[in-house]
Amino acid sequence: MHRDGDRYKIFSRRSIVLFGGKTVLLSGLVGRMYYLQIIEGEKYKTLADENRISLKLIAPKRGRILDRFGRPMAVNQQNYRVLLIPENTKDVDFSLMQLGKVIPISSHDVQRVKREIKRRRRFLPVIIRENMVWEDVARIEVNAAEMPGITIDVGETRFYPDGTQAASVLGYVSGVSEKDLTGDPLLELPGFRIGKAGMEKVHDLALRGKSGITQVEVNAFGRQIRELERREGLPGAETWLTIDMELQKFVTKRLGDEAASAVVMDIHTGEVLTLASTPTFDPNAFNRGLSQAEWKALASNPRSPLNNKAIAGQYAPGSTFKMVVALAALEKGVVTANSKFFCTGELELGDSTFHCWERRGHGSMDMLSAITQSCDVYFYEIAKRTGIDRISAMARRLGMGQILDIELAGEKKGLMPTRAWKKKAKRVSWQQGETLLAGIGQGFILTTPLQLAVMTARLANGGKAVKPHLTKQVVPFDVADPVVPEIPEFKSIGIHPPHLNMIKKAMGAVSNSPYGTAYRSRIKEPGFQLAGKTGTVQVRRITKAERETGVKKNKDLEWRERDHALFVGYAPLKNPRYAVSVVVEHGGGGSSIAAPIAKDILMEVQRRDPLRGQSGKAAKSHNFPNSTTVKKG
Amino acid sequence: MALSPFRQSDMSLGQRLWQINWFFVLLVGITASIGFGMLYSAANGNFDPWASRQMIRFAAGLFLMLMVAVIDIHVWLRYAYAIYAVSLALLVVVEFSGSIGMGAQRWIDLGVFTIQPSEMMKISIILLLARYFYAARLEDVGRISHVIVPLILIAVPAFLIMRQPDLGTTILMVATGIAMLFLAGVRIWVFVIGALATIAAVIPLWNFVLLDYQKQRLLTFLDPEKDPLGAGYHILQSKIALGSGGMFGKGFLEGSQSHLSFLPEKQTDFIFTMMAEEFGLVGGLVLIGLYVMLLIYGFAISLRCRNQFGRLIGMGVTTSFFLNIFVNIAMVMGLLPVVGMPLPLISYGGTAMLTLMFSFGLLLCVYVHRDVQIGPGAADGN
Repeated sequence: MHRDGDRYKIFSRRSIVLFGGKTVLLSGLVGRMYYLQIIEGEKYKTLADENRISLKLIAPKRGRILDRFGRPMAVNQQNYRVLLIPENTKDVDFSLMQLGKVIPISSHDVQRVKREIKRRRRFLPVIIRENMVWEDVARIEVNAAEMPGITIDVGETRFYPDGTQAASVLGYVSGVSEKDLTGDPLLELPGFRIGKAGMEKVHDLALRGKSGITQVEVNAFGRQIRELERREGLPGAETWLTIDMELQKFVTKRLGDEAASAVVMDIHTGEVLTLASTPTFDPNAFNRGLSQAEWKALASNPRSPLNNKAIAGQYAPGSTFKMVVALAALEKGVVTANSKFFCTGELELGDSTFHCWERRGHGSMDMLSAITQSCDVYFYEIAKRTGIDRISAMARRLGMGQILDIELAGEKKGLMPTRAWKKKAKRVSWQQGETLLAGIGQGFILTTPLQLAVMTARLANGGKAVKPHLTKQVVPFDVADPVVPEIPEFKSIGIHPPHLNMIKKAMGAVSNSPYGTAYRSRIKEPGFQLAGKTGTVQVRRITKAERETGVKKNKDLEWRERDHALFVGYAPLKNPRYAVSVVVEHGGGGSSIAAPIAKDILMEVQRRDPLRGQSGKAAKSHNFPNSTTVKKG
Repeated sequence: MALSPFRQSDMSLGQRLWQINWFFVLLVGITASIGFGMLYSAANGNFDPWASRQMIRFAAGLFLMLMVAVIDIHVWLRYAYAIYAVSLALLVVVEFSGSIGMGAQRWIDLGVFTIQPSEMMKISIILLLARYFYAARLEDVGRISHVIVPLILIAVPAFLIMRQPDLGTTILMVATGIAMLFLAGVRIWVFVIGALATIAAVIPLWNFVLLDYQKQRLLTFLDPEKDPLGAGYHILQSKIALGSGGMFGKGFLEGSQSHLSFLPEKQTDFIFTMMAEEFGLVGGLVLIGLYVMLLIYGFAISLRCRNQFGRLIGMGVTTSFFLNIFVNIAMVMGLLPVVGMPLPLISYGGTAMLTLMFSFGLLLCVYVHRDVQIGPGAADGN
């Protein structure tokens, strides 16, 4: 215990020293407080009264989004707001009632305004309504005398002139939520908007710009008296997209109310001219703020308008996959273009029967006629000889079963099955019957419309690994001579050219030979002809009984049970330039529904082509009008 | 000490709860309530977004404090090193994950809640040093090796926390650690040499370790008037707000300087300024008075304790608490640079609240076990 006694002595002695030190320091603090508040108090009171310079942030103008020709897709619009300054009226209720006689105000708004008035200082304005139309503004101005405390001010808000036609590309802006906060004070400005989806989100930081600062003189109560100094911020960068807005509008209108999507891209550069997904929605509504009912309507719509089907819709490719199977078979050497198989309308494998869509059979088929007429039995035969792993490998080279990095969030990968994949994912071995189904693009295989367009582009451009993109250029406001990003030379995917020519010939025949499944949707104008492939994807199982009594027609089925209609194509036939994919969910037949849409799109895109009539070489170069003469907003 | 060391303090849970110094708990509650009031004012007379959440956190903190208090003090003794090791490992994790491109990150996200290793380290270092010295004889403590080892154990986490970068926590932790070495009986001349060495070390520290914004804060502190609208703005505005409060202040919710956004971070670092603006010198003194009472309790509990482990913990917690108060208040009054340190029990912030309540829990634990004797070897179990 002695030892502890000594230690305790030292401990307590030093504790007292330490405590003494703390007492001295705290006394210092009290002394300082006394000095600041009592001795110097008057001085600081005066300073506080004169404390009149308040720094405020100015929100920068958000950069515009333009299409490939500089047509505005997202702009800033004046936003007329009606405000109430409580101290300027004796009776808030009276002012609101008077205002209500002139423009409609909901009781919900009235309650919110009253709540805010209670919470804030009486000289601070409270927003009653935003985004008002000019007529309402005029009406308020005329009646201003009867409405004390009511004023109008003009701010800026995002506006999408044809937003509904390009919602899936543009995305939208909306208010900053708590989890978006990064410490940047700009985000805490009331009413500030940030990109929440689409290209608005992809380029959000560039579009935002830099905030400015204003020094305002305020009196001791914080009332703003005048502006002393203003340092303007920097508007956000202009973002040029590869989209052709007129074409985008055309395609969206053409798809109509169907749950459908279409992608149009340049087969050489990968520029996506159109990325449409319907039904669509109005991005302006998100900026304004959706009501509960509007949100519910969007979220519960069975045709899912909020889902960008062009990149996130995953579908079995059906017969549009047959080019892939044919190329894989040719490459392995199990068939030549001239090998023939006889189609009786069905193929037996073990206990199962695999049907051709043509129940009577196509007779003797070679590769050209099998693609032209989309004979299923022929593809069962060659798929069986090629094997699933080779088919999947070929599909991957053509851009399927992988993320293509089209900038937008939510892009899906699709699925290209292999033996190893099935063993791992389903814990059972691959069945040969499943290879047969894969031969006609059904079964496990899933692709997105974007992948289908890329696949078609890679076939049409002579086997180059073109990648799709949507941003042409981001032009910062303070850069005089922006650099146009170079489009890389795409590598070859190594397909034997004669094989590719064989496939292209067959795709040409699909829409230009009288036997072709899309002959009715051909383009007749010389030089504009298209090549393509139809696809019809069954989404339900057809029972044996139904086969015997006759398969039901699509129009007799529920919407959910109808076939998906697909078409992939390119044009012009010689020196191709554009690839398109169209998927209409539960639309019916590929040749009856999807092909006519694709034909109209390919006709329109060629008609609009500014380089029409020039040589094929020029068409391949990356120079487009306007790309070097970028205007400033 | 022929007797075998006590392994159990022979008290039931009820007895321990009864032994807790409830007047101390009451003081903590009163002080925290003043904090709720100030947060209510900071939000212009609203419980949202700060006051209501702070109340919930305080309730959680209270529960944590009582739990820590009734745990057998031998448990803290036995696991002191382990707790330090875990805290250090977490600091390394944060440092590592920060350096591979996740940006400056001071916390680890566990999904349900986040832990901030630097806050854990503040407590761990107290436990560590109390454990290290609890059985050391005075002759041992006099040896230089008994100074070097704890210094390294302080320096390693201090370096990691400084790099986060969190200067406030670093200073607090190092100062607490040095105070504990002093209390444990390390010779005075060691501190004299240490002070001289520190002065010699300042130059490389300034050149290589401190980041630009940290230097800026220190420079600004030395001459705030130089850049009244730039970096010196906060200190100047804080002095104006505080000074204009006068003797009795401008009244609750009426602090014009604080409410007109002249004052930055009024809910966290600068909350004392707002309080002094609204309640004047009198209000400030009441709060400081409450703090002094808590400090006296801490001091008394430490001196009354019959084991060295408890004494060291008690004074460690008290010193850390004091430094927290002092640095914050001196900072808002322009006596120290702005280093980013909240005012204990008053400022908004969940982690700081929980850390503080945990350390108060340890203090109460010392009080509950004040008559327990802990001999050498008690930490090794059995």
